[in-house]
Amino acid sequence: MNWSEFWHMGGYALYVWASFGVTALLMIAEPLLVGGRCRNVRRRIARLRRLQQEENP
Amino acid sequence: MSSRLVNWFHFSSPATFYPLAGRLVPIFAVIAVILIAVGLYLSFFVAPTDYKQGEGYRIIFVHVPAAWMSMFIYLVMAFWAALGLIFNTRLSMMMAQALAPTGALFTFLALWTGAFWGKPMWGAWWVWDARLTSELILFFLYMGYIALQGAIDDTRRADRAGAILLLVGVVNIPIIYFSVKWWNTLHQGASVSLRGDVSMATTMLVTMLIMALGFWAYSIAVALKRVRCIILERERDAGWVGKLPEIRA
Amino acid sequence: MFEAMTVLIRRDLLLALRRRSDVLTTLFFFVIVVSLFPLGIGPELDTLRLIAPGVFWVAALLASMLALEKLFAGDFEDGTLEQMLLAPEPVFVLVLGKVLAHWLITGLPLVLLSPLLGLQYDLPGETLRVMVLSLLLGTPALSLIGAIGAALTLGLRGGGVLISLLVLPLYIPVLIFGAGAVEANASGLGAAGHLYMLGAILLLALVAAPLATAAALRISAE
Repeated sequence: MNWSEFWHMGGYALYVWASFGVTALLMIAEPLLVGGRCRNVRRRIARLRRLQQEENP
Repeated sequence: MSSRLVNWFHFSSPATFYPLAGRLVPIFAVIAVILIAVGLYLSFFVAPTDYKQGEGYRIIFVHVPAAWMSMFIYLVMAFWAALGLIFNTRLSMMMAQALAPTGALFTFLALWTGAFWGKPMWGAWWVWDARLTSELILFFLYMGYIALQGAIDDTRRADRAGAILLLVGVVNIPIIYFSVKWWNTLHQGASVSLRGDVSMATTMLVTMLIMALGFWAYSIAVALKRVRCIILERERDAGWVGKLPEIRA
Repeated sequence: MFEAMTVLIRRDLLLALRRRSDVLTTLFFFVIVVSLFPLGIGPELDTLRLIAPGVFWVAALLASMLALEKLFAGDFEDGTLEQMLLAPEPVFVLVLGKVLAHWLITGLPLVLLSPLLGLQYDLPGETLRVMVLSLLLGTPALSLIGAIGAALTLGLRGGGVLISLLVLPLYIPVLIFGAGAVEANASGLGAAGHLYMLGAILLLALVAAPLATAAALRISAE
């Protein structure tokens, strides 16, 4: 089986690749989004802590 | 025995669970990547072409595991909700909350891949098949839970209201599934089973199982990562948060 | 114990009688929705007979959902709810009383009016009878299940839309068996099976839903 045949998927290319593609896309995007959210939270808390320390050292 | 019990409750405190979750996330992430890579290899290069449905049947290798996970995650959320209501542990409620978006994601994926399976096999993007319809309703249930969590500002109320909704939902799911099935057989719609006419060779079953295990590890990794965010958000004023190296830096 | 329930029902009915517009709004919503469908679909009686069960049941579902928002809201705002939760009577019974009164106000008029509207859809007498029976069994279950959603969203911003998101998926079995009963009768099959299922759902809702509602009220009123 060569590669062009592989991508062609016996005529089912649209269906197979749309299914696997969207699944892959979402399952890569979700961890990235969660990571971004965590980073934001950490940064916000660090800033809050710094502000508190500056106010009453 | 008793010391083990104490240990479990020891980890139900956010302060001790936060670092533990941090250590577990990479482990499950690695397991997920390996299993899904193996599963993908099996589903494209090892599993034979189906004699009836050609290459198109390979969609089941994501569809079925996604559908399994969507149902399983709802059950796990309900389990955490019940635990949270009984023992009044905040962490279990946070776990339920952390799992919800991942569960909704898998429900969406099951619907999406189901549509892309249905078009070539049944000639329609959407068929009111009992399984697909139940999956759609499950998606609504996830959306309801997420919306309720988003609408309540007070975290304690959000936790417990969400837990009640989850328990009501979990009682209802069998009733909904049964009624949809009844409705489907009465109307003699397309009750073509998604799996029934696939002759289930052992390689296919093994591939599906490996993919499902990969998705399972993925869900744990993502949920643990998300629960770490939720813990930080809620405990931002607690003393132990200030001592964390990632906050100090 | 049941004295408290009857007192509560009488009080709610009296309140509804003083403010009749609430009752009429739900009823007219039902009438309008049912009357809209022929305008959207066309006046062929064969088609209308075919879609009547679904239309009536979906309209009943939406009407019952529309009324839910007010189920506990008034008592919550003026503090009555807090007193009810503190009362020596079990909250289960009080919730049952509230829901029963709510059904008498918003559900029963709709059931009684439905045969009249059924004539618009040219339904035969036997089918009308089954429809009333199915609504009679189904709408109390809707009120009971809906009460959980109303209790969970008590006092939240955008509560009305949120209730629909929470409650509509849970309404689906009632819709399937309710509309199914009418349809089974219209197509000559017996409606008994569907009606038994509706009865079973009603019994289950009668036992389980007030428990969940009571727990939800405690959480929301805290």
